[in-house]
Amino acid sequence: MIRPIATTREMTGMPTGRLAVWWLIASEIVIFGGVLGSYLMHRIGHKEWAAASAHTNTWAGAFNTLVLLTSSLSAVLAHNAALRKDGKRAAKLLWFTILGGGIFLVVKSIEWTGEIKAGYTITANNFWSFYYTAAGLHGLHVIAGMIVMMFVAADAAKGKELQRVENAGLYWHFVDLVWIFLFPLLYIAK
Amino acid sequence: MSTAAAHAEHDHAHGHAHHDEGFIKKYLWSTDHKIIAMQYLFTGIFMAFIGGFTVYAFRMQLAFPGMSVPGYGRVTATDYNALVTTHGSVMIFWVAMPVLIAALGNYLIPLMIGCDDMVFPRLNRLSYQLFLLSSIVLIASFYVPGGAFGGAWTSYPPLSAKAEYSLTGLGSSMWLFAVALEFAAFLLGGINFITTVMNSRAPGMKMFDVPIVVWMIIIASILFMASVGPLIAGAVMLLFDQQLGTGFFDPAKGGDPVLWQHLFWFFGHPEVYVVLLPAMGIVAEIITVFSRKKLFAYKTVLYTAIGTGVLSFFVWAHHQFIAGIDPRMANVFSVTTLLISIPVAEMVFVYIGTLYGGSIRLTTPMLWALAFIAEFLLGGVTGIFLGASGADIYFHDTYFVIAHFHYTFFPIAFIGSFAAITYWFPKMFGKMMNETWGKVHFWGTIIPFNAIFIPLFLLGARGDHRRIYDYRHFPDLMKAGMQDLRVFATLALLVLLAFQVVFLVNLFYSIFRGEKASANPWNANTLEWQAPSPPPHGNFPQGLPNVYRGPYEYSHPDRQDDYWPQTEPDAAKS
Repeated sequence: MIRPIATTREMTGMPTGRLAVWWLIASEIVIFGGVLGSYLMHRIGHKEWAAASAHTNTWAGAFNTLVLLTSSLSAVLAHNAALRKDGKRAAKLLWFTILGGGIFLVVKSIEWTGEIKAGYTITANNFWSFYYTAAGLHGLHVIAGMIVMMFVAADAAKGKELQRVENAGLYWHFVDLVWIFLFPLLYIAK
Repeated sequence: MSTAAAHAEHDHAHGHAHHDEGFIKKYLWSTDHKIIAMQYLFTGIFMAFIGGFTVYAFRMQLAFPGMSVPGYGRVTATDYNALVTTHGSVMIFWVAMPVLIAALGNYLIPLMIGCDDMVFPRLNRLSYQLFLLSSIVLIASFYVPGGAFGGAWTSYPPLSAKAEYSLTGLGSSMWLFAVALEFAAFLLGGINFITTVMNSRAPGMKMFDVPIVVWMIIIASILFMASVGPLIAGAVMLLFDQQLGTGFFDPAKGGDPVLWQHLFWFFGHPEVYVVLLPAMGIVAEIITVFSRKKLFAYKTVLYTAIGTGVLSFFVWAHHQFIAGIDPRMANVFSVTTLLISIPVAEMVFVYIGTLYGGSIRLTTPMLWALAFIAEFLLGGVTGIFLGASGADIYFHDTYFVIAHFHYTFFPIAFIGSFAAITYWFPKMFGKMMNETWGKVHFWGTIIPFNAIFIPLFLLGARGDHRRIYDYRHFPDLMKAGMQDLRVFATLALLVLLAFQVVFLVNLFYSIFRGEKASANPWNANTLEWQAPSPPPHGNFPQGLPNVYRGPYEYSHPDRQDDYWPQTEPDAAKS
């Protein structure tokens, strides 16, 4: 495929890739908005869910929050390195971010294993249904973000497509931000 | 843009024109927006056959209960449910959306804003492939045990959530999966459309130089993107209810079936405007060209379209007046629903204002455009009865509702599409369509269309319930003349379907044997008519255009020609 001229134009002054990531994030916000909105409406009507949410592992959630925030920091540093055209360093920092995503998923799976063994499965009651659905949907986004960053890091290491470091970072911050909403709503609110 | 850069673009465009590809690469694996548009268009036309065949089968059952329908056989009660569900889903998600938004958006956006392709050509290809997969999944669901989903296109739980109720366990999940894939396809397409128009317009094309139809497709894409999220979330929840046994929508497990109705209609009502706005845009292009007049109040159309879009997020609960929602909430939603008729009516007034004093040419596309305004008006006016909660409690789930939304959706999906296809056909295929047969098809569609749905209004006003398979079991609904009206509507449907053959013959005959079309057969201003018919790969072999003015400068008093292409520099004033 020859690169069309359309891809080289920048009428808004913002590169097309970044513009598209913002629109992608906009479309994702309403998806999570739908899940969380439904959850909140139910939660208000079901005081007894507080008892169920008491069984979530707040410390594991807090640790994961820290992990994601740290991984976002390295994503920002990667962007910084990319701006300095230091592709190698950007790639390294992206791999560090991917590692953060990996730790998040490992902690999550340990958490879920314990909960499922204790009988709190997705069908236990509607709190747990929302818990697994919302966190699971978020988990899929974590995995997607990690895969995207692997490709971007591989290119960046060769000094190619450095503008993508920022775009991947934007998406990762969004994934991070969703967790900032999920953590208090699912773990802390009693 | 500097001259050097313009030269670079020029050379680049030549590179495109000489690019040679094999058949598979050219037609099945292409990233060219025009080919992808054709893929969407013809897939949409193919799916329209399914939508048309299903309505034929179930209307025959309603008119002549128990008969063996020619070409289908006896329609059982389960079949009936699957047929009505498939008809609704297919016509909205697999006909209106792909033809009006995906096909026309893909075809027109790069041409009308003066560039050579979308900004993400491969994403565009992926969008179509996902859409094709969604169509295949939907069609495959006919052949699984239990058959296709039979819980109506709105898929309300608990009927849709439990296989014991819907009797189509696998079919329900496949339907959900197909719809989800289709949404993913249109989200990708939408992001592509929006970023393309934002970033890749021709040099000199300012915001208010963008043709209305492009604006409308963009606003529709944003509406779709902003409204579909909660339904995607709801679809995941419903899928878990079906397959894992969760109870999101199951009252026995503490869930709430009305939650689905909120999530569905929060998308479902904006969706009406998602398909309406592109059709409105098509009509704007056609009536300006064929009344040789500047569009009356360009900015008003634009702002009312945006206003309609914003308002459309606050009307959804008018679908739920009898679902047990708080009556105070019903009042609020009645008011917002009645309010939304104002911007839509304003658009209609603007179009009539454009026609006023114009030199009107009644070509086939113009007839379709005028019919769109007239028929959609009837759909809008009857919506007032349903938006007012007091009247809706009586009309809910009657054929009045069916007739109302067909008076909105038929003009959108079919009249709008026919207008667009007949208008842009010379550009798409480089041939002219036959005008006489075009007009035969026009009258053969418009007359039976009204003959189908006016009887349904009458039936609905008499309380005819919409979800009945065999009226012989309901003596109240078999009173004097009611069955006659059903038979009349069904016969009108047969006439309407028969006349579509005229369209298909005209379409395919003209593609292969039609009279050759010039680059600009309608003397229109917009950029697509400055490209050759059909445009080659890369669109503008003479170099990508620059834009000097708005798209609707018709009959300018200072000029001999009654049109003034957007690409013509001011110096060339004659």
